[in-house]
Amino acid sequence: MALHTLAVLVENSPGVLARVASLFSRRGYNIDSLAVGPTEDPKISRMTIVLNLEGHALDQVSAQLFKLINVIGIQEMKPAESYERELLLVKVGSNGPALDEVARRYGARVVDKSDNSVVVELVAESDEISALLSDLAPFGVKELVQSGAIALERGVKTLSDRVREEQGLSNPDEGNVAESATADYQN
Amino acid sequence: MNSLEHAGVDVMFGIPGGAILPAYDPIFDSKIRHILVRHEQGAGHAATGYAQATGKVGVCIATSGPGATNLVTPLADAQMDSVPIVAITGQVPGPAIGTDAFQEADIRGITMPITKHNYLITDPDQIPAAISEAFHIASTGRPGPVLVDIAKDALQKMTSFAWPKQRELAGYRLQLDPEVGAINDAARLIAQSQKPVFYVGGGVIKANAAKELFRLAELVGAPVVTTLMARGAFPDSHPLHLGMPGMHGTVAAVTALQKADLLITLGARFDDRVTGKLSTFAVNARVIHADIDPAEIGKNRFADVALIGDLKRTMASLVPALEKEFTKSKPDLTLWWKQMGGLRSTYPLGYDHPADGLSPQYVIERIGAISGPDSIYCAGVGQHQMWASQFIKYEKPRTWLNSGGLGTMGYAVPAAMGAKVGAPDTSVWAIDGDGCFQMTNQELVTCAINKIPIKVAVINNESLGMVRQWQTLFYSSRYSNTDLHSKRIPDFVKLADAMGCIGLRCESREEVDATINKAMEINDAPVVIDFSVNRDAMVWPMVAAGTSNDEIMIAREMAPDWGSQEL
Ligand SMILES: Cc1ncc(C[n+]2csc(CCOP(=O)(O)OP(=O)(O)O)c2C)c(N)n1
Ligand SMILES: [Mg+2]
Repeated sequence: MALHTLAVLVENSPGVLARVASLFSRRGYNIDSLAVGPTEDPKISRMTIVLNLEGHALDQVSAQLFKLINVIGIQEMKPAESYERELLLVKVGSNGPALDEVARRYGARVVDKSDNSVVVELVAESDEISALLSDLAPFGVKELVQSGAIALERGVKTLSDRVREEQGLSNPDEGNVAESATADYQN
Repeated sequence: MNSLEHAGVDVMFGIPGGAILPAYDPIFDSKIRHILVRHEQGAGHAATGYAQATGKVGVCIATSGPGATNLVTPLADAQMDSVPIVAITGQVPGPAIGTDAFQEADIRGITMPITKHNYLITDPDQIPAAISEAFHIASTGRPGPVLVDIAKDALQKMTSFAWPKQRELAGYRLQLDPEVGAINDAARLIAQSQKPVFYVGGGVIKANAAKELFRLAELVGAPVVTTLMARGAFPDSHPLHLGMPGMHGTVAAVTALQKADLLITLGARFDDRVTGKLSTFAVNARVIHADIDPAEIGKNRFADVALIGDLKRTMASLVPALEKEFTKSKPDLTLWWKQMGGLRSTYPLGYDHPADGLSPQYVIERIGAISGPDSIYCAGVGQHQMWASQFIKYEKPRTWLNSGGLGTMGYAVPAAMGAKVGAPDTSVWAIDGDGCFQMTNQELVTCAINKIPIKVAVINNESLGMVRQWQTLFYSSRYSNTDLHSKRIPDFVKLADAMGCIGLRCESREEVDATINKAMEINDAPVVIDFSVNRDAMVWPMVAAGTSNDEIMIAREMAPDWGSQEL
């Protein structure tokens, strides 16, 4: 299974999630997980999409995604060059020191306790979350919820920097309304 | 309306209704011409025909709900063929959206996958920006349809009009010039090739780059093939032209692609109707792929050199790069031309005159010959479309309009109407099938009332001929539901008459020229000619769907005689 993580900056406009979802479904791309949230700029949201390529080329997926007008920037979050985290909340049907010990080993927090259930929270990479879950299995997992992955590039560079660089390079007449809208295709 | 005037619209096609009424009131006083169609699908295809004939953005307008959903087919059609149109639809008032209100349909949601972009506007202040963006997005880059859905209350509210000075499209970036390195790589590949072919697609017409193509092709001297969407991008009379490739392409064009060592791909997209079975397509060829849409590169076929940019500029910069490269080495194409020229003369397009009845190919060929290369020809979808692409000789871009990507029956009549509105001094023919014609002929009423004198040739083989051909070939002639009985019902001549057109009938070879000439003389009313043709004629050559181009057939169970040709 070839999983790839894409960070996608999108305009914070209605319908943008539907556009991305519709694109993936009609082109047969497989989404493993998808997380959306706000960014430092209120007009822009950021999606983290984990893709199972299954024979599709990553370049092609990116190019198709970039054709959506509301998509501003795309960057692959390569494992070696980025941090990737998921959030797990899991309700386990027992209580006691053994469970606390498992949680402690993973750096997970016990966020809710009652007589015969606890809720454990873990922020970690995907593998670690799977490992915790299998260690919790003997205690009886009653319910679990997991977020999609979110990812951030290491180092000083940001995705919005890259977008700004690209915008500077291309499309000199972008934004210029002076010329008639139809002029481009009349000659 | 103010926004549409600002966007430079001079004509639009549509039908009013409750939700769009506030926009229709000012149309009454506007300088924009509004043509009241009889079905919104007609409005959409008319906008497309107008755009394809003129290169300008076509505009259609409809009300919410059923008005909007009737635009779905033309929007999908324009998306597949990259046609710049803008559709304006009314929507139920903002507060009613999402309540299953009367005539509510989520047309933005419905058309998301079949438009280049779309909008739902509920705030009157956003209307000018949305319209301005819509025209910009539709007409630039790879052209395509844009829909702007506007809530009725946003159309009604009073607001001060301000046309945006600045467009805020952070995510819409176009690359107009290919990288210099890639241009040089392409020039080098061309100079080194022994069997190059220009694989020319509709993008060349969209980019208004026929002149640049002419220059480039003559410089290289390689064979040129023009796809169904590119007919007219390169003159059919030119000695470098091998015709159309694909499922019903010429033997020479199909074989040239198949045996090439280099495909110089210009605004084409390796569609399955051109490549046949992809894994066996042009297996020995390297690929130069020039396109404005980066997502086309490598989509179906790997590109050795990608030239992302506007085709006009791309070809213009390729010429000097090649001239420089050719001073070092110029390919010797003599052997290649001997082979391809040989195929062209051995396997020209042809047809037989049936013992009983009229040959449809002959009818179409005569229309092309009599009306000439300055006319515009629109086709429906089916056998008649393929014959019109084969037997009419195209010399200029924007003279051949058809529904290539979606294959929309019913396209011809409304598209011809739109083309005629855009090019009123040009003879515009709809070459239509008897099946297709029955899907959208109501627009002839629109044509008659609005004095849009198109000419319609109904190639009446009393059947869904293309489907029937497949039944003949692949379903042991079991003609399940393809007989239209249309030599009996309807009477196309009477129908034409009822719709305010002149109806003519032609049943024999002797009458063909006289009937066409008669139609040519009528310029104050639409003309419909019912050409009663033989129903058993088939489209050849043919590469059966899903098979390799190597298995091209020139007639039933008849492959070309490859003989000793070592290709
Ligand atoms: C809207 C639509 N429905 C069905 C088809 C499938 N189809 C393709 S060609 C064809 C037959 C067209 O018949 P006609 O217009 O008489 O043209 P002919 O092939 O006979 O020349 C059909 C049904 C289609 N392309 N479009
Ligand atoms: Mg027919």
